[in-house]
Formats: sequence, structure tokens, C-alpha cells
Amino acid sequence: MKRLPLLLLTGLAVALIAACGGKPKPETPAPAATANTDSIEAAERARADSIARAEKEARDREAAEREAQQRRADSLAALGRSTEAVRTLLATMIHFDYDKALIRGGDASVLDQKMAILQANPALHIRISGHCDERGSDEYNLALGNRRATAAKQYLVSHGIDASRIETVSYGEERPIAQAHDEEAWAQNRRDEFEILAGGENLKQP
Amino acid sequence: MKPGSRFGGWAGSLTAVLLTAYPANRLSAQDTSAIDRGVRIGIVYRPGVRPGMVVLPVPKAALDSVRALVVRDVDYSDRFEPITLPGGDSIRAASPPSSPSAGRTATGGGGARGTGGAAVATGLNYPLYQALGADFVVGITPAAGDSTVVTVYDVAAGGVRRELRARLPALGDAGFRLAVHRLADRVLEASLGVGGTAATRILFVMNGKVYTIDQDGADQRLVSSSDHQAMSPAWAGDGRRFAYMEFWEGHGRLFVQDVASGKRAPVATTGQALDFTPAFSPDGKTLAFSRAIEEGTDVYTVNVKDGCCLQRLTVGRFYDNLSPTYSPDGRRIAFVSTRPGLPQIYVMSADGTDQQLFAPFDYGATGSSNAPEWSPDGQTVAFHRDVGGTLQVFVLDVRTRAVRQLTSVGRNEDPTWAPDSRHMAFVSDRSGYRQLWIIDVETGRIRPLLQQSGARLPAWSPRLPETASSAP
Repeated sequence: MKRLPLLLLTGLAVALIAACGGKPKPETPAPAATANTDSIEAAERARADSIARAEKEARDREAAEREAQQRRADSLAALGRSTEAVRTLLATMIHFDYDKALIRGGDASVLDQKMAILQANPALHIRISGHCDERGSDEYNLALGNRRATAAKQYLVSHGIDASRIETVSYGEERPIAQAHDEEAWAQNRRDEFEILAGGENLKQP
Repeated sequence: MKPGSRFGGWAGSLTAVLLTAYPANRLSAQDTSAIDRGVRIGIVYRPGVRPGMVVLPVPKAALDSVRALVVRDVDYSDRFEPITLPGGDSIRAASPPSSPSAGRTATGGGGARGTGGAAVATGLNYPLYQALGADFVVGITPAAGDSTVVTVYDVAAGGVRRELRARLPALGDAGFRLAVHRLADRVLEASLGVGGTAATRILFVMNGKVYTIDQDGADQRLVSSSDHQAMSPAWAGDGRRFAYMEFWEGHGRLFVQDVASGKRAPVATTGQALDFTPAFSPDGKTLAFSRAIEEGTDVYTVNVKDGCCLQRLTVGRFYDNLSPTYSPDGRRIAFVSTRPGLPQIYVMSADGTDQQLFAPFDYGATGSSNAPEWSPDGQTVAFHRDVGGTLQVFVLDVRTRAVRQLTSVGRNEDPTWAPDSRHMAFVSDRSGYRQLWIIDVETGRIRPLLQQSGARLPAWSPRLPETASSAP
């Protein structure tokens, strides 16, 4: 005879635990004789609790979701910002002395940046175009521009970048960026330009 | 001993000997003229040395344009002194006598009365033209069946030198000017026995497009059909095709275009690398060109007849080789090489062997030399060289390897020979902007070809074939 209420109690406790989904509340009485009314109240309370809890959880989840979304958006924006920054770095031109195709000392660091970018973004393929000022011979300048483009490529390749990731081309003096006919314009036009051929969608900062 | 006076006397007599011994050295003219004022100033150029030529007034208004073109072609040939009749060009010769059959039939009978006797029925008033300083007189008369007869009179011999007959297209037809130019070339051939350059055109590049223009500055037309930036047009020896280079995405492609149809085709082996400065072999079967790869720039040839057989003629790992130009016998190629540190003019056999320096230079003193073009007579190679920071046109004598500077006013570059190997088109900024000029290498006389800024990279055609006149 002693087993029945015990069983009942255990059953109730299991039900409570199941309903609350948590620990049985210690204040909940477990009366033996009046178990029915009390347990109903307790069940009601527990139900209300669980609803409130669920609602709160839903709110929390939503908030977390929002937060996560925000974080994703933020990180995407950050990635975009970094892609933009990387692109700008990559597009930085290097310049040359008149009728020369030697990388200037100051421009080696510019190429080092590009090398780091290429290393951080293995899918990135670029094209280097060599350009000249208008003073030399029109057709010779195509050969000179070619030397300038390959000088930059050789620098990058000698620092470990796979040669197949870099194309070169020369435009001679055919595509000046400065139109004036003075030393300042000529200095600007004696340059290598760097453009992205592939893999430039999301660029990581090195 | 009075060495000073002795030397002075010796030097003086030597100078006198030199002056008398070499009065008119061929290819000794220098362009020192103040060209902008239209005045010829020069040491070598002497009016009167050249034979005088009178082109008679025409009896028919329709022939005025023909006469005007012929007179200008005669003038531009720089081989005659064109003589204007007293009374100028306004007079018109009367209709020719009714029987145009006889070669000695006079032209311009009216001239005999109006201007002191151009001709009488039995022939030209030769003593009159002799007195005017004319060696040749040219009469242009209409003949039966829409044809035109051009009579070349030899004043000294007192007879007709040659009678030329031509069927000229109507004035305003596409082929009219070229047909008249061809007639003018025949006049030159009939009188002096040398070929003229009137029936020729010059290709050039302006704003990245290829244009053609007649040698007298008329009829400028766009011939490149794509939006790609173009460079370096070059004629085939038959005057029916030309090659040029275009920038495509990341490389330079060569095309060969048909003059008459305007159709073009890419050169078979072109497309991946940067190919430029095409040059036809004299037989038109081979195209030599420069190819820039990462190793550097080198000269290649390709068989354009069969579209095959790419051959590499130079291997310069640490220097560039470019801008090939064939000798007219097709056996040699002059080109630019940077092996001495700066670009200079080299020569090799057409198969790439026996490469050697062509135009001598002084290490450390002579500037870069570029853009060689072998003359059609094979005797000279024109090129431009950096002189004190600007470019000047030079001529290399192939036999003696002597180099002579031809220009000195402004920046002058990219010379191209006319088929007479005597006239040359080049780019000059002497008028304030870069445009095309023509110089007569023998007299130094110079004229602008067109008045547009930005024209460059000219290529003078050979004498154009008849069919080229029907070009659209």
C-alpha cells in the first residue's frame, strides 16, 4: 500500500519535470491526499511559466538572430572594405626613369605589398601593363613597355608568386594618363599598371 | 719656310678643287629651309638645274582638273621646273584642229595668237618654249571615244617625244584622281625615263585609326574598320594589301587588309602575344614582325601566303630586337637591336643569320636609333635618331655605311620612302604640332602632306596597280 502514493509522486514529479523542462521547483508541495487540486495548480503555474519562458526564449533567439545577422552584415561590410582597400593597394602604379625598365628602390615596397596580397589571395590573377612617355620612338616604346611590365612580374615571381598568375602586356606610349607635354606628365606616364583578371571578388588583407 | 702661308694657299686651292670637283653631290641636301613661309632656301637647290616643263592650257573646261593635277604632280616630282606661260593659267587654248590623228598636230592653236604662238598647225613653236626655258611641253587634249591624249613635246629635239592615251574616269568618280596621277607618272616616264610617285598613297595612324591619303594631300579616308587601337601600317609590295597591328585585350594582333575590298584577316600565328611592326617581304609571301614576350622582344617571320611556319629570327634574352624592314631583293632585313645598350640599327640575312651593326654610332655619344626603312632602290636605309633629346631623320648609305642627318628643324621621325627612293614622308612637329611632311631628299624641298594634328607612323605605298583605283 505504501508504493502507490510513492509511484504517484514520482509520476507527478516526472510530469512536472517534463512540463517545466527543468528542475522541479522545490516550493511545489507534493501533498499526498490533496495531490490532485494542488497538482493542477502546480501544473497551471508550471504551464504559465513555461509559456513565459518560451516567449522569452523566442525573444532571445530573435535578438540573437538579429545580432548574428548584424554581425554577418558587419563582417561582410568589413570584408568589402578590405576588398576595396586591397584593390586600391593592388592598383598602385610604379614608375620608371626615362628609357629604363629597372624597378626603383621606392617601388620595391609597393611591389612587396602586391606580393603579400597575391599570397593572401591565392585565387587572384593579375595583369601588369607597361607604359612609356611620348618622347621615345612610338614602336620602340612597345618593347620598352614590355620590359617594364615583365620587370615587375619578375620581381613578384622571384619572391614566390606563381608566374601563371601574372599576365603582362605593353601599351607603349599609346595610353597616357597625363596629357601634358612636360616632365611631370612624362614621369606619370612612365609606369606599370596593375589590374585584376580573376579572383578579385573578396580580397583578404594580407 | 713659311708654313702658314703655304698651308693657307694649299688649303685654298684644295677647297677650290673640292668645290669644282663635287658640284652636285647626290644625296647631299639638308633640310635647312624656313618651310613655314613657303620659301625655298638651300645651298644645293638651284632653280634652272632641273628641266623646265610647260603644261599647256587645255582646250576644254572639263580637262582643267586634269591639267591642274598634272601640273601639281609635275611640281611635286621635284624633277622639273614647272614654267608658267606669260599670261598665266587663265588663258584657254582653242579647240584642237579637226584631225587629231597626227602626233605632231598642234595643241592650243589659239595660243599662237593669244600668247605669242603656242603652236601652229604643223607643230609647237619650239623656239618660243626654248626661250621660256622649257625642255618639255605637255599638251592635254580630248580625243575620240572619251579618251584623253597627252602629248609630250621635246623642245630641244623639236618634236613629239611621246603620245600617251588614257581613258579617264569622270571627274568626281572614285578612280579619277588616281587615273590622272598615273597619267602624270607616264609623263615623267616619257620625258625623263624615270618612274614617278604621283599614283601613290600614304597610310598613317591618327587617333588610333589607320587612314589613307593621296601623296598630294587629297582624298583622306579612314581604312581601319574596328574600334581597336591601331599602329604601324605597312604596305605589301603589290600595293593591293597592307598589314597593321591592333591592340586587343592584353595583346597585339596583326591583320592583313585588302585595299580594294576593305576586308581583313588576322595573321594566322597572331593572337596571344604582343605582335607589332609588321613588314612584308618584297614577294609578299612573308611577314616579318616584332613579338614581345616576357623574355623580351624579337623578330619573327610568318608565311602569310599559307598562314603557317612561324620562325624566330633573333634571340635576345637580355636585349630587344624589333622593327624589321626587308631589303628590296628580299635577302636582308634591317632591324633595331638594343644589344649595345641603346637601340641602334642592325642588319641580318633574311633567315636571321649574320647579324651585324648596320648604321655606325659612337658609344656614349650617339642617341637611340629607331624605325628603319629600306629604300625601294636598296641603296639607303632611312631611320630616326635621338639628337640632343629630340628625334631627327637620318639616311644610311648601304654600300659605304655613311650616315647623314637629313632634318634639323623640330622633332622628325618615322621616315617612309616613296617608290622613287627620293621622296620621303615623315612625322614632324616643325609647324607646332605633329603631322606628316614630305621631303625631297635630293633638293631638301619640303611640303606638308596634311594639316591635321596627331598624324603619325606613315607608310608610303608602292606605285598602285590599276585595280586599286576602284577602292571604295
